[in-house]
Amino acid sequence: MINEMLAYFADAANWSGSAGIPARLGEHLWYSLLAVLAAAVIAFPVGVFIGHTGTGRVLLVSASNVLRALPSLGIMTLLVLLMGIGLLPPLAALVLIAIPPILAGVYAGVANVEPSVVDAARAIGMKDSRIILQVELPLALPLILGGLRGAILQVVATATIAAYVNLGGLGRYIFDGLALYDYGEVLVGAVLVTALALVLDGLLALLVKALSPARRAIAR
Amino acid sequence: MNKMKLPFIAALSVVAGSLILSGCSNPTAAPAPGASSAAGGTVTVSSADFTESEIIGNLYAEALKDKGYTVETKFRIGSREAYIPALADGSIDLIPDYTGNLLLALDAKADVSSPESIVSALPAALESKKLTMLTPAAAEDKDAVVVTRATADKWSLKSIEDLAAHNDEVVMAGPPEFNKRPVGLPGLEKNYGFVPSKFEPISDGGGPATVKALLDGKVTAANIFTTSTAIPANDLVVLEDPKNNFPAQQVVPVAAADKLDANAVQALDAISAKLSTEELIKLNEQVSGSAKVEPKQAAITWLTEQGLLGN
Repeated sequence: MINEMLAYFADAANWSGSAGIPARLGEHLWYSLLAVLAAAVIAFPVGVFIGHTGTGRVLLVSASNVLRALPSLGIMTLLVLLMGIGLLPPLAALVLIAIPPILAGVYAGVANVEPSVVDAARAIGMKDSRIILQVELPLALPLILGGLRGAILQVVATATIAAYVNLGGLGRYIFDGLALYDYGEVLVGAVLVTALALVLDGLLALLVKALSPARRAIAR
Repeated sequence: MNKMKLPFIAALSVVAGSLILSGCSNPTAAPAPGASSAAGGTVTVSSADFTESEIIGNLYAEALKDKGYTVETKFRIGSREAYIPALADGSIDLIPDYTGNLLLALDAKADVSSPESIVSALPAALESKKLTMLTPAAAEDKDAVVVTRATADKWSLKSIEDLAAHNDEVVMAGPPEFNKRPVGLPGLEKNYGFVPSKFEPISDGGGPATVKALLDGKVTAANIFTTSTAIPANDLVVLEDPKNNFPAQQVVPVAAADKLDANAVQALDAISAKLSTEELIKLNEQVSGSAKVEPKQAAITWLTEQGLLGN
């Protein structure tokens, strides 16, 4: 099986064209990017609002726990039956799993800013919008990025389900390989997804470290 | 007065007679005389791990019970890789299978070009595993190229060959393996010159997502199994396959050699004689459709309707 996988990687024909490894990687990153962006657009304002005002915390915790418990493949299959095949069902399923970590990161980051710092900002005459943008968000940045990192990791790992219906991405190798009992090809998909997730996670870890306020303070 | 009484007595004796007969058909009653003395009084009936196989397994099991055999059931034990060895080692005695795929599983190079060549090659292939088969049913659960009624009417489609004239306009959906398997698109190209402009892989084995894509017009044709309840439910058209690109897959009882006596063979043959693809779709609809009937109950109802119980 390992040999078949290595042979697949070694074959130059598998590295070009619309079904080649770079094309599949590109599709996979594209689905992941779209899903994380859409999830961020939804989760970011909600997280800031709840973190800043403190209202709706119970709702947030229960709602995001429900989202975490949803099976992505099941959601996607249901959406395919409702909307038909296309990009939207897998994308919606991915957005749903990306929302909880982003929301949790933003909310926790903003809510955990030292109250005395917020009070001081208010005392010098800052309005709420400025407090959020210039005080809370910069201080919350490490947790926000941590949440984003978690979301990206989950989405990249789960984006394989897009190949269950007629789409591409790295899941194509896994579903096609399983259908033909070609476990070498399945392994190609699994290895590529794992490598992609690890590389992205490593890059994001470096980014989080570089942007953390404590580190910047020391660097100065 | 006597004239009045005679029909009454005749009617009474018919009722009494049928009561006695139905006593025999009661599965919990003592085995009917004759059957109990038959060789192999206990039969273990099994099925593969999908609903249709379990339904047919139940048909066999209930018919044999009715004939007075002690029937054990071990349904859904797995795929062919699991149940062929189980038949050979005696842990199960009888299972429904499909002629074409069974032959290919036993002999990958077998000639599956026609239903007849499959049925004539099967007994020898089974004998090497000490297995035997009974008469296959007309019912077939095989791959098919399916289009909507509207598409069939628009292009006057009868067979897959007719579809090849519209290659550039056809988007075909099917499971991913359909793209590469010899009986999939490569076979359709070789036999009919059919090459769809695009292939959309959908991994639900011709299930609801595939049917939805077809009904929505996202694809023009789809690979769906002939016993799918979606075919009559949505008035889909199964295109003819005159060159037998898809191997015949008739339902056939497969048993361990010398396990079944003449009575049992007769009972199973009677089922196969009545089991058509349409009847099998109806049975699938009973179990998988909204009615959600238990496979066992659906089997008993069908056998009763067909007059196969209590004889």
